[in-house]
Amino acid sequence: MSDEWEPKIVGFLCNWCCYAGADMAGTSRMHYPANIRVIRVMCSSRINAEMIIKAFQTGADAVFIGGCHPGDCHYVDGNYRTKKRIDLLKRLIEHIGIEPERLRLEWISAAEGEEFAKTMKELRDDIKKLGPSPLREIAREAI
Amino acid sequence: MKRIGVFICHCGVNISNTVDVKKVVEEISKIPSVVACADYQYMCSDPGQDMIKKAIKENQLDSVVVAACSPRMHEPTFRATVSDAGMNPYCFEMSNIREQCSWVHLDGEKATKKAIDLVKSSVARASLLEPLVSQGVPVVPKALVIGGGIAGIQTSLDIANSGYKVYLVEKEPSIGGHMARFDKTFPTLDCAACILTPKMVDVARHPNIELLTYSEVESIDGSVGNFHVRVKKNPRYVDMEKCTGCGSCAEACRLAGRIASEFDMGLGKRGAIYVPFPQAVPLRYTIDPEKCLFLKHGKCGTSPKCADVCTTDAIKFDDKPEFVEFDVGAIVVATGFKEFSAELKPEYCYDKYPNVMTGLELERIFAPSGPTGGKPKINGKEPKRIVFISCVGSRDKKVGNAYCSRVCCMYIAKQAHLLKEKIPDADITVMYTDMRAFGKGYEEFYERVQKEGIKYRRGNAAEVYGQDGKLFVRAEDTLLGEPYELEADLVVLGTGLTPNPLAEGIGKLLHLSLSSDGFFLEAHPKLRPVDTVIDGVFLAGVAQGPKDIPDTVAQASGAASHVVNLLSKDEIFAEPTIAVVDEDACVGCKTCMLLCPFEAHEFDEEKGVMKVNAALCKGCGSCAAACPSGSIRMNHFTNDQIIAQLLEVL
Repeated sequence: MSDEWEPKIVGFLCNWCCYAGADMAGTSRMHYPANIRVIRVMCSSRINAEMIIKAFQTGADAVFIGGCHPGDCHYVDGNYRTKKRIDLLKRLIEHIGIEPERLRLEWISAAEGEEFAKTMKELRDDIKKLGPSPLREIAREAI
Repeated sequence: MKRIGVFICHCGVNISNTVDVKKVVEEISKIPSVVACADYQYMCSDPGQDMIKKAIKENQLDSVVVAACSPRMHEPTFRATVSDAGMNPYCFEMSNIREQCSWVHLDGEKATKKAIDLVKSSVARASLLEPLVSQGVPVVPKALVIGGGIAGIQTSLDIANSGYKVYLVEKEPSIGGHMARFDKTFPTLDCAACILTPKMVDVARHPNIELLTYSEVESIDGSVGNFHVRVKKNPRYVDMEKCTGCGSCAEACRLAGRIASEFDMGLGKRGAIYVPFPQAVPLRYTIDPEKCLFLKHGKCGTSPKCADVCTTDAIKFDDKPEFVEFDVGAIVVATGFKEFSAELKPEYCYDKYPNVMTGLELERIFAPSGPTGGKPKINGKEPKRIVFISCVGSRDKKVGNAYCSRVCCMYIAKQAHLLKEKIPDADITVMYTDMRAFGKGYEEFYERVQKEGIKYRRGNAAEVYGQDGKLFVRAEDTLLGEPYELEADLVVLGTGLTPNPLAEGIGKLLHLSLSSDGFFLEAHPKLRPVDTVIDGVFLAGVAQGPKDIPDTVAQASGAASHVVNLLSKDEIFAEPTIAVVDEDACVGCKTCMLLCPFEAHEFDEEKGVMKVNAALCKGCGSCAAACPSGSIRMNHFTNDQIIAQLLEVL
């Protein structure tokens, strides 16, 4: 692994809080590394296991899920469901050899642009330390 | 294969300074389904939009992708553009290469690579987008207003004056809310009753308002345009039709003057049959079933005196709860607040000493109709040394309230002024955290009060304690940086506003979210402060967050105008981005039904499958993610669409 290697990160952000927070980071010109590729969903609870596993299978080094703070969900309690699902999925991916740190869930509000930028830096640095996803190699061999 | 057009915006130099737009065009043009690809300085401008419309027609496009700013900014703009050119607006997709790319990345090469990935991902999604059509729902031209304080009163009057029927539900025997308890209002020192009671009377006699007092909303079904409401009218044990409000029953009651009056914050007394205050609307008596000897024990002396003296035979001991059901098109929640419970700050000894009182209690002392007839007497004596303590239960994380209650600084100033007016030789000190005099005329009023000799000392009180029958307040003056102590005959706690505990139940009935402070969450903190995320449900007054009377009235009128706007339509169109059940695949396990926060899923007994009520579904997609048989399709965010996007970015 060379110093040039940069992790590929997929982000699923809810429209009302985290996606708006990411927009806020932009409006406030807060810089962060260009690793993340964002997919917008209405609620973080739209994300199912298939999408996350598929992301790892096709070469993601990390998957980031961003939702609203507890109690602030646009859909009453969607974020609680997300939390439950992601906690479970973290345990599952560990079984197939993916470090649970590669799946990260954060609550970021529409006002927290700085928090979003900070999280993006942290996530990239953490994953850079971990190295490429072990599933990348396995997936490539399988193909 | 779908025919897709891609349009990339420079946003002046906002995008093109970092992202190599020409390179993005070059890469995207290579995708086989992209039959038209162009860039332009300002895509959202008229020439930019015309360019898109022209391309749709010339190339017979099926879908359009615009790579520009955030879809939260211009998605509605471009949806309208493609609609103008005859394309279904849901066949439009937007790539965010400004807020989430050019503005946040410094490295042009990496930003360009990211922009290409994002646009490719949008193209993949666009090739799977399907036209969606909104369904029209007829609107019932009536409204429900929950809560009869100044917010509910103002909303009801505004809606009713526009010609629509209003059901106003209030849980207390009278409307008026907290404002009815106030003596004068800041900063103009208007008499609260003089400005409120005429409005209360207007509500009562308005032909378009049906007033349901001493009532609670039991259930609400349905959705925007067509809610079905069930209200429980609690038994008053007095016939509303027969009672004339003469009051001879209250005088005759054996318990007259022996029960703490809620309206007077427990400082005044009432009987078991009562009106909360003399200007109550409706002016009809109510028997308190918890206190009435006859209702509790079946016996009241030889016979109940109230019934003996009533000349219209209005007493009805066998009264039962009554249920009313009706349909409305829109709902306004105006459930107000509860004063902060001062017991939660034990250091101020509110429980221990009667001369430590809350702001709302002092209001009743001032009120001419209050327990002391408006004379500022505490334990029969005029207090000479008075200390006000601000921010009791506000801006205090220890009690879980981080927020500012917004009215306390000013009501303290008003009360200090009124005390000084009534007791000119009184020595009055206000211990404040920060002075917040933000409204029209507020700062001027604060200045006036200071000139009248009220002392303001910065730094809040640490504790109140009693010694040898005297009361002391200990505090730190944070400007001088020294502790000090004052003896007081009266300590007034500037208690803040907390969410009405009953609001939680209403919130559950309507599926409303609360913000972290416990007040109702508005749809957008800046631009939609009156709406909620539930279509057809609006907020007015302190239910949404602490505010003073002018702000409450303004929001109440705002809510009314939104209601009228809605009710004036024959039909409304709901977003078609909702969940749909594939009846052939559904096994009827009801997982979705348990998950849905909006109760949009219903079980079709006949077919043994689930179905989604289009009017209730808000499109979160939680059910689609959880469905074990994969038979729920989330329109506009289908599994296929999301995975297609995903594959392009990896």
